[in-house]
Amino acid sequence: MSNVLAVLEQRDGTLRKVSHEVVTGARRLADGLGGSVEALGLGTGAVRGTESLGAFGADSVVTATNAAFGRYAPEGFAQAVAERAKAGGFGAVVFAASATGKDLAPRVAAKLGVALAADATDVTVEGGRVIVTRPIYAGKALLKVKLTAQPAVLSLRPNVFTPVQRPKAGAAQTVSVSVAAGRVVVKEIKAAEAGALDVAEAPIVISGGRGLKEPANFKLLEELARAFGGSAAVGASRAVVDAGWRPHADQVGQTGKTVSPTLYIAVGISGAIQHLAGMRTSKTIVAINKDKDAPIFKVADYGIVGDLFDILPRLTEEIRKLHG
Amino acid sequence: MKIAVCIKRVADSETRVKTGPDGKSLDEAGVKFVLNPYDEFAVEEALRRKEAAGPGEVAIVTLGPAAAQETIRTALAMGADRGVLLQADRIPADGLETAKALAAELKASAWDLILFGKMAIDDYHHQVGPMVAELLGLPCVTSIGHLELVGRKGVAEREVEGGLEVVEFPLPAVLTTDEGLNEPRYPALKGIMAAKKKPLEVKPAALGPGGIEVLAMLPPPERKEGRIVGEGAAAVPELIRLLREEAKVL
Repeated sequence: MSNVLAVLEQRDGTLRKVSHEVVTGARRLADGLGGSVEALGLGTGAVRGTESLGAFGADSVVTATNAAFGRYAPEGFAQAVAERAKAGGFGAVVFAASATGKDLAPRVAAKLGVALAADATDVTVEGGRVIVTRPIYAGKALLKVKLTAQPAVLSLRPNVFTPVQRPKAGAAQTVSVSVAAGRVVVKEIKAAEAGALDVAEAPIVISGGRGLKEPANFKLLEELARAFGGSAAVGASRAVVDAGWRPHADQVGQTGKTVSPTLYIAVGISGAIQHLAGMRTSKTIVAINKDKDAPIFKVADYGIVGDLFDILPRLTEEIRKLHG
Repeated sequence: MKIAVCIKRVADSETRVKTGPDGKSLDEAGVKFVLNPYDEFAVEEALRRKEAAGPGEVAIVTLGPAAAQETIRTALAMGADRGVLLQADRIPADGLETAKALAAELKASAWDLILFGKMAIDDYHHQVGPMVAELLGLPCVTSIGHLELVGRKGVAEREVEGGLEVVEFPLPAVLTTDEGLNEPRYPALKGIMAAKKKPLEVKPAALGPGGIEVLAMLPPPERKEGRIVGEGAAAVPELIRLLREEAKVL
């Protein structure tokens, strides 16, 4: 019971990047448990990108194929993962705490009759048991828990488990599974703006608050995001989401998304406790605010005091120079 | 329409979180407890669906301490018909134990819909709704921001990274609700008065030991003291230098 199953995600037949993080986390657990990592893809055929997973520590890659697996099929995926988890006698099953993982992991845990530790930000093995640290109260506290059931089922918060190159010669195999697709059917995915990144997964998040004065001024943040060359997403404080300036999907905070990007830039956000809860695990925080006493400066690594309407265009220009 | 809404009593989002004397749970001294904000969307949706369908019932089910009766009364004041409290001193750390207790209660009736908030803002489990669906063998769509029901079929939209999934499902079903689905009503005075007379059943929750042992509740790591780089646009080049050379994030 020392092997670890890493559940991969794909969209349109291509592996999603968060899967590298899942394999990295699974590798860490497998090293602690003294076992190997099996990466499990689900698709209509081989998932593009799985061939590189050996480099992140996967010992083998298995793809469960089904004609209905072109898009996420909640019931079929859950059945396929649970069956693989049972058949392989795994000690742990690891998901991403992405939109799909948040839907899929509880179904699989319930099918296996075991607990799910969701949204882990740290994992270790002590005495043969998986120990998970997970933020609660939107990161105002951390809960350290031991998973006592077998297999340990957990999901990993995106952006936290930095993919580590751990070359292994993984032998990929494709397994066809026969499961019913299920009663719940994803008919289509309405894409947001082409190439738009989700704030929960973007390596750089630039969030705006009331200080932007009006919704149209968010274009300043969008320009800055573009200057980062496709690696940045634009977020928002609760105040501006409640005011209808920005969609709820962009909200960072306790009643929105908790994010952990490499770089978080808070612009015109004073830093209410419920906002700070949602972004304080970011690796580096920059705050731009005209009020030098704003609470946001207490959590920021670097702050600039002043008029954001002067500062942002200059910042965008400098970032463009770097990425130009 | 017969609709069950599973709710939770949680610490308000403005709470300053402190660990209690056991080192493993919230210090509840001075904490204000509210109906979990995501559950408000579930209660509101249930009320609208029942109102549109004509006859029916909206029942509120929760697992929690005796004080969770107040949380149920909030939902009754919004317009729900009756409440059931599965009383437990502690909410299990293992969401599957909560799901089992709720499923055992829910399976006694035939529901058209069972609604949950997509997650509770205290434990961030994001799991009890779909677990209940699995235990009851019902179809489930999570984190819905839009819902259409026509006869015994439904279409829901749920947010995924960079888009929206459009999902079809049959009734009966379990749905978990996200912000954007509706605008929850505030309980009116008349509703608050009426809620006091609505039936609220209290029974003990049957909970197993579960598969999660809490070792510690810890404060988040302190961020090291940051610094003000400067004032105005003139400080930008120095900020860029620090991000490149010190933080090494650019």
